[in-house]
Amino acid sequence: MELYKQTAHELHAKLAAKEVSAAEITAAVFDRIDTVEGKVRAYITQTRDLAMAQAKAADEKIARGEAIAPLAGIPGALKDNMCVKGVKTTCASQILANFVPPYDSTVAEKLAAADAVVVGKANLDEFAMGSSCENSSFFPTRNPWDTAAVPGGSSGGSAAAVAAAEAVWALGSDTGGSIRQPAAYCGVVGLKPTYGRVSRYGLVAYASSLDQIGPITRDVTDCALVLAAIAGHDGRDSTSIDAPVPDYSKALVPDARGLKIGLPKEYFVAGMDPAVEKAVYAAIDQLKAMGAEYKEVSMPHTEYALATYYLIATAEASSNLARFDGVGFGHRGEGNDIVAMYKRSRTEGFGEEVRRRIMLGTYALSSGYYDAYYLKALKVRTLIKQDFDRAFGEVDVLVAPIAPTTAFKVGEKVDDPLAMYLQDVCTVPINLAGLPAISLPCGFAGGLPIGLQIIGRPLGEETILRAAYAFEQANDYHRRQAPLGEV
Amino acid sequence: MEYEVVIGLEVHTELKTASKIFCGCSTSFGAEQNTNVCPVCLGLPGVLPVLNAKVLEFAVRTGLALNCRILPFSKFDRKNYYYPDLPKNFQTSQYDLPIAVDGHLDVEVAGETKRIGITRVHMEEDAGKLVHAGTIAKADYTLVDYNRTGVPLLEIVSEPDIRSAEEAKAYLEKLKAILQYIDVSDCKMEEGSLRCDANISLRPKGETKLGTKAEIKNLNSFKAVQKGLEYEALRQAEVLDEGGRIVQETRSWDDARGQTVSLRSKEQAHDYRYFPEPDLVPMVVDSTWVEDIRRSLPELPDARQARLMKEYGLSGYDAGVITASRAMADFFDATVAAGADAKAAANWIMGELSRHLNAAGREIEECPVAPGQLAALIDLQAKGTVSGKIAKTVFEEMWASGKDAAVIVKEQGLVQISDEGEVVAIVEKVIAANPQSVADFKAGKERALGFLVGQIMKETKGRANPELVNKLLRERI
Ligand SMILES: [Zn+2]
Repeated sequence: MELYKQTAHELHAKLAAKEVSAAEITAAVFDRIDTVEGKVRAYITQTRDLAMAQAKAADEKIARGEAIAPLAGIPGALKDNMCVKGVKTTCASQILANFVPPYDSTVAEKLAAADAVVVGKANLDEFAMGSSCENSSFFPTRNPWDTAAVPGGSSGGSAAAVAAAEAVWALGSDTGGSIRQPAAYCGVVGLKPTYGRVSRYGLVAYASSLDQIGPITRDVTDCALVLAAIAGHDGRDSTSIDAPVPDYSKALVPDARGLKIGLPKEYFVAGMDPAVEKAVYAAIDQLKAMGAEYKEVSMPHTEYALATYYLIATAEASSNLARFDGVGFGHRGEGNDIVAMYKRSRTEGFGEEVRRRIMLGTYALSSGYYDAYYLKALKVRTLIKQDFDRAFGEVDVLVAPIAPTTAFKVGEKVDDPLAMYLQDVCTVPINLAGLPAISLPCGFAGGLPIGLQIIGRPLGEETILRAAYAFEQANDYHRRQAPLGEV
Repeated sequence: MEYEVVIGLEVHTELKTASKIFCGCSTSFGAEQNTNVCPVCLGLPGVLPVLNAKVLEFAVRTGLALNCRILPFSKFDRKNYYYPDLPKNFQTSQYDLPIAVDGHLDVEVAGETKRIGITRVHMEEDAGKLVHAGTIAKADYTLVDYNRTGVPLLEIVSEPDIRSAEEAKAYLEKLKAILQYIDVSDCKMEEGSLRCDANISLRPKGETKLGTKAEIKNLNSFKAVQKGLEYEALRQAEVLDEGGRIVQETRSWDDARGQTVSLRSKEQAHDYRYFPEPDLVPMVVDSTWVEDIRRSLPELPDARQARLMKEYGLSGYDAGVITASRAMADFFDATVAAGADAKAAANWIMGELSRHLNAAGREIEECPVAPGQLAALIDLQAKGTVSGKIAKTVFEEMWASGKDAAVIVKEQGLVQISDEGEVVAIVEKVIAANPQSVADFKAGKERALGFLVGQIMKETKGRANPELVNKLLRERI
């Protein structure tokens, strides 16, 4: 099989056996990018020189006979809202179109320490606000399974790059489903870790109390490897959890014996595609067949999650994005005085959806509205957390759909923000509760992948990886290739 | 009508930690522009704050010294507003759960002790500094210096317990003394490390309801606090006397023009949209840690003043002046420890020493005469080796050269002449040379004696024991 189509763990074995070099793998990935990127458009920036230098460094280590980390010499992509020193970091926004950070994010630092290769910065909805990658101010990314469909969002570029074999692995960020939903739409594996498991230092914030960086990969094994490479306590992020990082690959056992799985019935919302519902129930049957115990659970506050999410996320965003004012960095609009300059900079620099969310959030925090909106949302957030606490008193993991449908068509929902927000209905509660959740393919409908969501307790990454691995081993969805390069 | 003035003060003080509140940058004053900066304090995209543990400790220390309750659960909030000296366009501050609440301090005004309540003490970050090309209104451009961005501040808010400009000044002086005693701030108003805003309103005497207040900003010195509040109280009284109403507004003290001017009305007031800072975890303050800090507090000004009165018999006023600054009180204690008589030490420190410091514009920490040297000089005077007048001359020389008193006395031959025989000879010589003055004195002109004493001192270069000279003159005329 072509090098670019292989998983990180397969490539690692070949590198360790000196059957192939990191330079060859990296060159193969860039060849693949050159072939398909015109159709997919996953990347905002390609970092060829950096990638080749990193590959060479990994090869030298191998040549010296040194032990190499699992991701050493393996090419991957970073969502373009994570800072890499000296590499343009745009957040797919005009306001940061030329921003080059003078510092590395913690994830970039950790990946460099693991000798991983970074091939580029992947497209996203501007400032991670969106569910289709159509809010990128540069260009939309296409779904490798059907280029007329969206890849999902906001980490659409990362998911599409992995699905199109333009990267072996990628990092996304997930605030309300932004890793899991595009992973589901693109038929790859995506994991949102427990809030605080991966440092946010150097991730351009959308909603600080919800944002979390996580892996997007071809299979669960790679997911565990990438997670291990980026997880851990970071003194530069006060919200990062000070707990040891387990060996996630040890959790990968191909059975579900003794695992208690729960199905929150509230996640099967009206308007859900029957094919999605069917695939999720089929997945539960498979897990039961592998030894899992199953029960239905109730999460009564689920229906308020979306409203809660859009209040908290936009409130935080309105403040997080205040710094883009044309003064110290980023796009500056001309104005006769400071207020005119602020207005021009921000009107020219931000796209429509970003402006909409800034206004929503500003409103929610305004005096006279704060108690009714923001404060109420915080209270409901606590109730949603309690729903999960109760459910996890009965089961080990929860199984649910990722999104109500498979990938929709480009342009289908761009004029209907509410319809777009409904895409997040099954994913936002997990961010509000700060829990880990994985998305993996569990079937296809009309040639498009369907995503299965497995949700765990705080720091329960090992358990959800185990459940996901068991399911994956019983199926071949993860081995299917997007038809892209073959036509 | 007679009015009662109601004042509450909001004081911002810069903490003297080595590094900033949320990053590792230095807080040093006067560094080249934009050199004490990093991605965090510049608010670059993606950065996160990490609380400097020293700031929390200093805040707790301050809260305890101001008799506050330390909240066991405290958090940071974001105060959102746009200003180019604020790189993130929000200030990380504390809103509804400050670190310390419900304290007080006592001030002495016109011989009476008064207790002023302290509502709260909270931590926050400082903003940068704008450098306008010319005046703010006409500047073609403005530059920003971010060195000060992220320097830790405490905001200390008083209850509206202050009833006069004089009390406000006394409150501020006491607060400054306490902050210096506990070593959390330099409190240099001229460097901006102590800043004061005031809320002031008037109400008819006897009325309990508060009147409409004005907030006065830009009170940049102790004098400005007093003058600004005196002015504002008069202004409000005039408005009320003419049947007008006070507008709730923010006003700025214009020191040059000696008046307050309106900045913005209540309607134009900012909506800061406070909300909990999601990038920092709430602070759970351990009570044993708080007690450790309480035990480590130094003797505070009130206790020290009481001790000086009790141990050395100093007057309340003298003890108050000496303990108003920790450095001066330390200087006093060191001088006494070196063997000086306490009252003499107090007189010297409040007199000659302070006069020299003021004239030179120096702090007592920079005094060229060490406490031990001052004690030695006081000792020479007590033993009669030098007269009081000569002692001042010796002090002058000590200030200029840094030499010890004994060395100066020896080098310049300044030892007092107390030998009666020696003085008698000079007295008789002067009497013989000034028959007119002798006659004048005998005719009742007391002033003539002063002239004769002056002549004797001139002969002895001021070294003759003045008491002896007086006694011998009177005996011989
Ligand atoms: Zn800094």
